[in-house]
Amino acid sequence: MSTLQIKDLHVSVLTDEAPKQILHGVDLTVRPGETQAMMGPNGSGKSTLAYSIAGHPRYEVTSGEVLLDGEDVLSMPVDQRARAGLFLAMQYPVEVPGVSMSNFLRSAATAVRGEAPKLRTWVKEVKQAMSELDIDPSFADRSVNEGFSGGEKKRHEILQLSLLAPKIAVLDETDSGLDIDALRVVSRGVNRFQEQHTDAGVLLITHYTRILRHITPDVVHVFAGGRIVESGGAELAHELEEHGYDRFTPKQEVAAS
Amino acid sequence: MTAASTPTAPDGLVTRSHGGNVPTASRGLRFTSYDVDAFEVPGGREEDWRFTPLRRLRNLHKGAASTGTATVSVDAPREVSVATVGRDDPRLGDGGVPADRVAAQAWSSFTAATVVTVPTEQRVADPITVTVTGPGVDKVAYGHLQLRIEAFAEAVVVIDHRGSGAYAENVEFVLADGARLTVVGVQDWADDAVHVAAQHASLGRDAVLRATAVSLGGSLVRQAPTVTFSQPGADAELLGLCFADDGQHLEHRLLIDHAVPHCKSNVVYKAALQGEAAHTVWIGDVLIQAEAEGTETFELNRNLLLTDGARADSVPNLEIETGEIAGAGHASATGRFDDDQLFYLTSRGIPEDQARRLVVRGFFGEILQRITVPEVRERLTAAIEAELEAVGA
Ligand SMILES: Nc1ncnc2c1ncn2[C@@H]1O[C@H](COP(=O)(O)OP(=O)(O)OP(=O)(O)O)[C@@H](O)[C@H]1O
Ligand SMILES: [Mg+2]
Repeated sequence: MSTLQIKDLHVSVLTDEAPKQILHGVDLTVRPGETQAMMGPNGSGKSTLAYSIAGHPRYEVTSGEVLLDGEDVLSMPVDQRARAGLFLAMQYPVEVPGVSMSNFLRSAATAVRGEAPKLRTWVKEVKQAMSELDIDPSFADRSVNEGFSGGEKKRHEILQLSLLAPKIAVLDETDSGLDIDALRVVSRGVNRFQEQHTDAGVLLITHYTRILRHITPDVVHVFAGGRIVESGGAELAHELEEHGYDRFTPKQEVAAS
Repeated sequence: MTAASTPTAPDGLVTRSHGGNVPTASRGLRFTSYDVDAFEVPGGREEDWRFTPLRRLRNLHKGAASTGTATVSVDAPREVSVATVGRDDPRLGDGGVPADRVAAQAWSSFTAATVVTVPTEQRVADPITVTVTGPGVDKVAYGHLQLRIEAFAEAVVVIDHRGSGAYAENVEFVLADGARLTVVGVQDWADDAVHVAAQHASLGRDAVLRATAVSLGGSLVRQAPTVTFSQPGADAELLGLCFADDGQHLEHRLLIDHAVPHCKSNVVYKAALQGEAAHTVWIGDVLIQAEAEGTETFELNRNLLLTDGARADSVPNLEIETGEIAGAGHASATGRFDDDQLFYLTSRGIPEDQARRLVVRGFFGEILQRITVPEVRERLTAAIEAELEAVGA
């Protein structure tokens, strides 16, 4: 069982001046095995929601709740959230010079699994996961994300998803910056994750509908002005594809004022 | 001979035949002398001293008398000769001449020098260890060490500094033609220690110097390495790895003097600073004289501020007097600990203290990778780990 519940979440981003409120009451429940798509225009607050769930220090939750299987996520430090089963594939993965990908992956797997994976099986596991995502083995020796192309970074986010096997995965624009082949490879990775972990939930944040041709969502939300303004089935995505976000943007101004 | 062609004979430290202000011929711009009185007592405004907290220098710059002895012990294989010599040994000074008052004070004040010689064409496989132990709390000592690598000889030397007290010294690296020296100096002093060292490296034709300065301990440590190329074809790499904690002042002042053609130099110094009033200083002077055609040089200094209140001063300075060089450049950057890196690592479940350690280790990784002697690299990795433990990073 893995359920993510977000209740009336209000979040501000810390700026050099006063904190700026971005999320104005988000309510959302991702149930076991579900894939939910979260779509919205630029600047509507999608990444803010993702970062808030993961616990980025620049975002301040001013009210509301985030629960993972009933447990209060917001009181946990960032690393504990990950160990509790949350994973965020970032829109802009961070470069960490001097830390090799292999060292990083092993440290993360050790932390999340509670013990160091056996070296023999681990090496195989990583090799296998990398080849499934068409990642050249030489990346293991490179510094985390350093000098990776946009697409390479995204593949490595999904590599981590597959190795860390979270209960809930938030994928923030994992599709952006991918060419058609890479999009297919990455989507396959996400689908494989869900086939192997049928209880896991996925919140797929995206701006475009094209990834939804590869990954079928159970629910589609439209996000604008820091809140969910409409929810529906896959047909909502089709409507967005045809008409864009125009119908929803006036609300953004209302919400932001 | 190399720098022995300086106008003053080394025994001039006794006779002082040259009087006051005779600049040496080989050091383009810098005044050098064995005579302590040839240098003014620094007041703190001088370019050479402006970053150094003189009040904490235990009067080394004001003629502090020697009140103790630092012990120097050498662990070397049989083929290496180790000698304790008097002030009149004619070899002293081959590496270079003091260029500041404390170095000249050390030169005038030491009673015995240690000379380690690796004979011609001898290749010493195991590292030679020189252990320097300070004179003890509240004591002052002066010393002198010379490493002589004769023609086509090769050696790895680790110089360990530990203990307490104030210690000023000159260290000479004299590399004959084709000699190769890998030297790692580790500053592992107790918290009270004050150490001021002038290191003089003189490189013969095609000689290769790989020098690494590892600065971890001590209250105030100031090291000034000078590299002089006497013949073409030589290659010097100076690496530095520095970890400054609460209240520590760790200073490195480098001068690389390209006076002859076709030599190479490469400098990479990195410092991590943590704690209130942790202070590092890096001065990187590279001089390419008019005769030094085909010079290739690069210097890099990077500083990582782990906490507020720490300060890193960084002054690269490249002077080029010829257009005919192969390449020259410098880069310097000081940055704060990156919260986004920490967030990224912890968001994958890695505990915060471990994540910090990964980032700092990664920061130093570039330098550790270049240390090819496994024992030395392990030793340094362990020292960095201990440092990270101690500061609770
Ligand atoms: N440090 C900051 N200072 C001021 N405003 C900020 C800061 N960080 C984010 N914002 C604002 O918060 C709003 C929401 O940003 P967010 O990144 O969550 O949007 P998004 O929906 O993910 O957009 P995109 O589709 O472009 O990724 C934007 O208007 C952005 O400009
Ligand atoms: Mg975004």
